Amino acid sequence: MNANAPIQKTQAESDLLSRFETTRAELPGSVTVTALREAALGQIRDRGLPHRRVEEYKYSDLRAFMKSAAPLAAATDLAATKAVVESAETFGDLDRYRVVVANGVFQPELSDVDQLLAEGVSVFSFADTLDDADASQMLKTPKTGPEDGVVALNTAFVRGGVVIAVKSGVEVSKPIELVQVATSAGAQAVRNAVTLGEGAKLHLLETFVGDTGAGELNTVFDYNVSDKASLAATRLMTGKTEAARLFTSIATLGAEAEFKSLGFIAGPRFTRNQQFVNFAGENSEANIYGVSMAGGEDLADQTLIVDHAVPHCNSREFFKTVLDGRAKGVYQGRINVAPHAQKTDGEMMTQALLLSEDAEMANKPELEIFADDVICAHGATSGQIDEDLLFYLRARGIPEDEAKTLLVLAFLSEAIEEYDEEDVTEGLETRVRDWLASH
Amino acid sequence: MPAVQETIDRVKAIDVDQYKYGFVTDIESEKGAKGLSEETIRFLSAKKNEPEWMTEWRLDALRRFQQMEEPSWARVSYPKIDFDDLYYWAAPKSVEGPKSLDEVDPELLATYEKLGIPLAEQEILAGVEPKNRVAVDAVFDSVSVVTTFKEELKKAGVIFCSISEAVREYPDLVKKYLGSVVPVTDNYYATLNSAVFSDGSFVYVPEGVRCPMELSTYFRINEQNTGQFERTLIIADKGAYVSYLEGCTAPQRDENQLHAAVVELVALDDAEIKYSTVQNWFPGDKNGKGGIYNFVTKRGDCRGRNSKISWTQVETGSAITWKYPSCILRGENSRGEFYSIAVSNGYQQIDSGTKMIHLGKNTSSRVISKGISAGKSENTYRGLISAHRKASNARNFTQCDSLLIGQDCGAHTVPYIESKNASAQFEHEATTSKISDDQMFYCQQRGMSEEEAVALIVNGFVKDVIQQLPMEFAVEAQKLISISLEGSVG
Repeated sequence: MNANAPIQKTQAESDLLSRFETTRAELPGSVTVTALREAALGQIRDRGLPHRRVEEYKYSDLRAFMKSAAPLAAATDLAATKAVVESAETFGDLDRYRVVVANGVFQPELSDVDQLLAEGVSVFSFADTLDDADASQMLKTPKTGPEDGVVALNTAFVRGGVVIAVKSGVEVSKPIELVQVATSAGAQAVRNAVTLGEGAKLHLLETFVGDTGAGELNTVFDYNVSDKASLAATRLMTGKTEAARLFTSIATLGAEAEFKSLGFIAGPRFTRNQQFVNFAGENSEANIYGVSMAGGEDLADQTLIVDHAVPHCNSREFFKTVLDGRAKGVYQGRINVAPHAQKTDGEMMTQALLLSEDAEMANKPELEIFADDVICAHGATSGQIDEDLLFYLRARGIPEDEAKTLLVLAFLSEAIEEYDEEDVTEGLETRVRDWLASH
Repeated sequence: MPAVQETIDRVKAIDVDQYKYGFVTDIESEKGAKGLSEETIRFLSAKKNEPEWMTEWRLDALRRFQQMEEPSWARVSYPKIDFDDLYYWAAPKSVEGPKSLDEVDPELLATYEKLGIPLAEQEILAGVEPKNRVAVDAVFDSVSVVTTFKEELKKAGVIFCSISEAVREYPDLVKKYLGSVVPVTDNYYATLNSAVFSDGSFVYVPEGVRCPMELSTYFRINEQNTGQFERTLIIADKGAYVSYLEGCTAPQRDENQLHAAVVELVALDDAEIKYSTVQNWFPGDKNGKGGIYNFVTKRGDCRGRNSKISWTQVETGSAITWKYPSCILRGENSRGEFYSIAVSNGYQQIDSGTKMIHLGKNTSSRVISKGISAGKSENTYRGLISAHRKASNARNFTQCDSLLIGQDCGAHTVPYIESKNASAQFEHEATTSKISDDQMFYCQQRGMSEEEAVALIVNGFVKDVIQQLPMEFAVEAQKLISISLEGSVG
């Protein structure tokens, strides 16, 4: 019963321990980084992978899901990466910059490094930063969940990723697509750091292409949004795969900063998208959106903790989930308001639509409030398609399937449209239609 | 300035240190040995003249309890309880089954009078206005001292007695239902209660009977170092209706007192149970010292079709409250309701809420929770709404609102909403805010003092729940809330 009691190791946990022994020599980083890796692995060894007795993973039992752990993906070559990137359909012909990370390694040759530099954006390898003496700062853990098992798993095995730094005052003219590529089967542990200088502005598209086989994908994004800066992050978590897809965002916002994000899940068998947003400066705003579609046996988990540590900040969380087959949707959201974080305005909404008898949804919208002069609210609904609406459409000659598609699209579009990034609105709605057509 | 003086007097009168019910009655009391062991339980069971099967039931619970670990998930903190330093048996010496009020120790009656339980008055009233009679099963520490109206209830076929008596007189009913809603090993404190439960009420309303009066029990913790472990079992047979009132007060103590009750409700086909609580135990003094630990397991089982269980609670007391009155909606078309007001002030910690577990078809539930935190208190709503695979067309509406008064308190909401059936429709909304400056300004413009304005606004905030209380409780509850909150503004 005790979550800290010694545990019987699962196959996946044993695999992870031996994976560490075989790959530790080739993983980058100074002595401090190695110590961090060992500590993180120790956490996995002692407590196991996150499981249902860990409150944050109550509904998404990673330990039960991971039957084994594949070795880390090997290094990749340029031609193979290029082929995968070019065949990928992420955002169609949207005009954008591209930054490529393949099997966890930054690919400058395939990235628009020079053009970005000309705009005031420097892009370089994350792995290189790990050699510095003070590299430990690069491997952040979320303030509100320092012992998160998924982040620990990332820290233990992180091979690299990319650092994108936008200079103060620079408004990047086009979105940057950060493409993570798998050219061969194998697990990936990737960390990307995105830093916006004062007054900078960026729309980041995060995509993943290729097949990791049985290997889990574990990516941590570290966003640092300075005063008056503005970051939008659109994350696509799509594509059929039987392996776990684990995404973590750790966002730190300065004063008068703006942060918004949309996590779009459609396809993977097991997706966990967890976001930790920390307000470090006053008068900032965070708008977090989520769209999850899950069918078959899929699990789509959107988890977030918004930490109002300072006064005068607003946050809005708006999540939509559509479930079919025997799929399971999870929403866990928490708004923390620290003592003295007065004048906080927090608003959280989660809505789920269940299309089949066997689908299930777990909602857990939490408020944790220690200051009195605040306005915080949350709402949660779950149900099936309204028969009256369906009847209305069918009475006007629209076939049942099409009517359902229209209603589901309208349901999900609420979040996509409120996210309000015109560059991606159409692309995302097309994806919704495609998903519905295949279910 | 008489008005000012009046205010000062009033505030003085309700200062938390001067807890109105914080007095100690001097009655010699008989105690068992300290500590939790097989001997304690055999002693306790023997004292209560319990049959062998009951003793075994307790011992089984004790053995299981010794295997368990104290849970730590609730948002409350308190020093570890030493279960071996508690008495599990205490009874006022003088009572040897009194036949009427006259035989009761006069000091005991005086205690009740201070508490405001008009026991003797009830008898007089009974002759005057038969419709509004309230039967009182008064629990003084661990033994039921006197039970009124038993005879008349018997005429209706309603059994209303202490659980100890029921164990002796109605063993079949007790055997059938005891532990059927809250299993012996349900949780740490329920298991402890199963091992050492002292006394409590037993109600059985037979088929088709509408209980002719509101049933009521006043609990009272008196003897120092006595954990009180009530066990209440209420059964409404097919088509029956019963409304049960529970009200609590306890005297001021320096040492924390443990209270781990278990309440089980069973509603069969078409039956309805309404359970109302006003809880006003000693919350600790203004420095957070003392106060009752209230760890309660309350659960109702809507076992039959069209059955209904409704929980209404007003929680203003206790240093730590940890309770989740729940409904298992097993029967088709059954309905569960939970109305709650939880007020915390001073250093109180409340972690309370409900569970609505939808198992049957067309089941519905409604949760209205109003939390008010003031002073340095922590107030958490923790709830679960779940629909299982077969719970087609389950409906739930949940509203939990929190009001914060002062900047040192906390209000938290932790809802779990789990739907495993597509046709289940769940709606949940929660808000947290303070009393708006506009509302205060409006009231004060019209000549109200700050405290009056707060009382008015708070009463409006909790109105939805107060309306659900039986008349007898509604007035008392409203007063209690104002008293609990006064001194928290300005």
